[in-house]
Amino acid sequence: MHDPSNNGDVRIGFYICHCGHNIAGMVDCPAVAQYVGRLPGVAVSRDYKYMCSDPGQALIGQDIRDHGINRVVVASCSPLLHEHTFRNAVEAAGLNPFFFQMVNIREHDSWVHTDRAEATEKAKALAHAAIRRVRFHRALQTTKVPIHPDVLVVGGGIAGIHAALTLANGGKNVYLVEREPSIGGHMAKFDKTFPTLDCAACILTPKMSAVRAHENITLWTYSEVVKVEGYVGNYTVTVRRKPRYINEELCVGCQECIKACIYKEAKFPDEFNVGLSKRKPIYIPFPQAVPQVVVIDPERCLQIKTGKCKRTCIEACADRQAIDLTQKEQIVQVKVGNIILATGFKLFDAKRIPQYGYGRYPNVVTSLELERLVTSSGPTGGEVVLRDGRAPKSVGFILCVGSRDFKTNRWCSRTCCMHSMKLAQLVREHTGADVTIFYLDIRAPGKGCEEFYDKSLKDGIQFVRGRVAEVTDWALTPEEEGKLVIRAEDTLAGVVRRIPVDMIVLAVGMEAQADAQQVRRLFNMSCGTEGWFLEKHPKLAPVSTFTDGVFIAGCCQGPKDIPDSIAQAGAAAAEAMALIDRGYIEQEPNTAYISEEDCSGCKSCVPLCPYKAIGFDEARQKAVVNAALCKGCGTCVAACPSGSIHQHLFEDDEIFSEIEGVLAHA
Amino acid sequence: MHDPNWQPRIVAFFCNWCTYTAADLAGVSRIKYAPNIRVIRLMCSGRVDPQFILTALAQGADGVLIGGCHIGDCHYSEGNLKTLRRFELLRRMLRDMGIEEQRVRLEWISASEGDKVRSVVDDMVGQLRALGPLGMPRRFEEWDRELNVLEAEVNGAQAPAGAKPEAVHA
Repeated sequence: MHDPSNNGDVRIGFYICHCGHNIAGMVDCPAVAQYVGRLPGVAVSRDYKYMCSDPGQALIGQDIRDHGINRVVVASCSPLLHEHTFRNAVEAAGLNPFFFQMVNIREHDSWVHTDRAEATEKAKALAHAAIRRVRFHRALQTTKVPIHPDVLVVGGGIAGIHAALTLANGGKNVYLVEREPSIGGHMAKFDKTFPTLDCAACILTPKMSAVRAHENITLWTYSEVVKVEGYVGNYTVTVRRKPRYINEELCVGCQECIKACIYKEAKFPDEFNVGLSKRKPIYIPFPQAVPQVVVIDPERCLQIKTGKCKRTCIEACADRQAIDLTQKEQIVQVKVGNIILATGFKLFDAKRIPQYGYGRYPNVVTSLELERLVTSSGPTGGEVVLRDGRAPKSVGFILCVGSRDFKTNRWCSRTCCMHSMKLAQLVREHTGADVTIFYLDIRAPGKGCEEFYDKSLKDGIQFVRGRVAEVTDWALTPEEEGKLVIRAEDTLAGVVRRIPVDMIVLAVGMEAQADAQQVRRLFNMSCGTEGWFLEKHPKLAPVSTFTDGVFIAGCCQGPKDIPDSIAQAGAAAAEAMALIDRGYIEQEPNTAYISEEDCSGCKSCVPLCPYKAIGFDEARQKAVVNAALCKGCGTCVAACPSGSIHQHLFEDDEIFSEIEGVLAHA
Repeated sequence: MHDPNWQPRIVAFFCNWCTYTAADLAGVSRIKYAPNIRVIRLMCSGRVDPQFILTALAQGADGVLIGGCHIGDCHYSEGNLKTLRRFELLRRMLRDMGIEEQRVRLEWISASEGDKVRSVVDDMVGQLRALGPLGMPRRFEEWDRELNVLEAEVNGAQAPAGAKPEAVHA
């Protein structure tokens, strides 16, 4: 075992933080300070209200200068939150920052226990372990790794577009990867945006074309990331470019080929209009699509499927020769330093709540379907109509479909109240129909949103508070004949009501993308229980992840509206920019190293390393760790039969002393 | 029967990325669980040397809990697989040493599973309460005493009568 006496005269400073009442409410901080003060090697032991504050940090510096403290232990919150803060404070006072150890007595103690005496004993044991451990700490240096200046943005919705443009405008090269044939995401499908009722297309499409035109952006639509290797500053990303059977460089978007298609009538459901209209096998996703390049659906194209077609599209394209029915998928590789994920959300499948009749009653539609109906460029040219073409005289909105519901999704999707009120106002404007909104609570936070709710009330939209029990076409009275009846308890009036309407709109909530789990694995991230990508800290690092150099923005992190998505996208771009402009990152010095005199040359460590960081020197018959490749997991350290591999920051003697420490206090 | 006020002590080794974060999440969510656990943070469960587990038990822990990322989710791609492999070997050894299986536990707890920290810790505390103290330090003392007696007997028998008794090797 490493002899701490070789480590110089150890003088430990111990600081326990009250964190206001967060810790002091459950842990007797002065008692812990008193207990630790009597342990060998401890020169100073203090308790203080907020250790992370300026005066708290100054206290450490003061003791380092006045009392010759050369080891620092702080018992406070999680090291994942403030280890960096305290290391900086230690370093600022002239001590190597790695002569520091943190004890987590908030997240792991005061917040999770209910007995003050037991929580205090636990704090003492954890502090004791750190006091024993910190003796063995050594001065370490961080290593600087250069950052590749290019950035990958995954997802071309409004968040991805904004992040890509922000970085590109800042002079960075950006690869924007989108799996659909066009960028634009959900926002491209919206007519107007709340609460300003400004035209969504008018604010989105200029940004879309800016992406296309920007010299610093490489746009890859109809493409997916299939592999990510490396680490912050040095990612190698493999992208699969699906064949669209069109040469993107040659197509000008004239759409002559679409007109010439052997299918005279469009007969396949149009994804962009959520199936409300039809398209041909060769199509352009929507008029404002970026890039303005047609795409061929291989599942529908006669030539690709059967090889028996007159190929009228190729004829129509003539000299341009942009159509290439033999196109194969392409695999491309790029090097980037940072990655921003803006992969968005999917809408709740309304069929999961069968009592609302979606899929059974044709005039029960989702909020997105109604959105397409009110859009002037939509399938009906902006006419809100029933399936039989009549204009509805009455419309009912059901809120919280797949939100705030223990049977489906527990979370609030945040946008559906505002979105539904917006649609309600547009329906009234377009048709003059009576509109009733069935809600649980109206949630209208944010600038101008409560005012928008007021406006909805003044506009004569009816609000009924209560969760809808069912939608039925079983008429009990002549007025209900031929209508859909919403049955709900009006919890304000205390009665069960039956309200007959022509059309029902289900305000479906947001869910994580179906492949969120695969994507998170690809990028080495975590998801919360609901499936949203997990941010590093809910308040202090909302767009960072636990993987350095991977940032998240928009609805892949959780439900949010357009302004919040854009704010996050800007934040993610700024985080990436900060890393790029500094030019390097400092790597935690927790790498493995080999004490050569002990290495027997058995090579058992070599195949264990997933990063190929361990090589073998044949001449000297010794294993060699390449510190630049080592990620510091410590797997080889635990496996070495001769105990000759060590890990900085997690040395055997440090961990053994921690084990002894937590058990030393009875 | 052991003292009803006796509290089992669990030494836990949690990986930085999943289980330690999950325990942080349990804290942030104010999920309450038994205070018998003492967590030691490692970067990866792959760093858990079987010696750590044996030392913890020898030094007085009644149980050891190892927490890592779910299989397939390891931050270092496969460290937890190495942990699993070692754990299976160690388990056989522990069985032969007469240490009950429930005392050493390996759990996969992801960063989002704050509630699983609670259920695992509470469950383990319950099981250890039923088993009673492991008491390895006391057993070591007993064994040392027995050995000393034996040694003294052996030395005494061999020593010629009237000779000064040699110092017993403690």
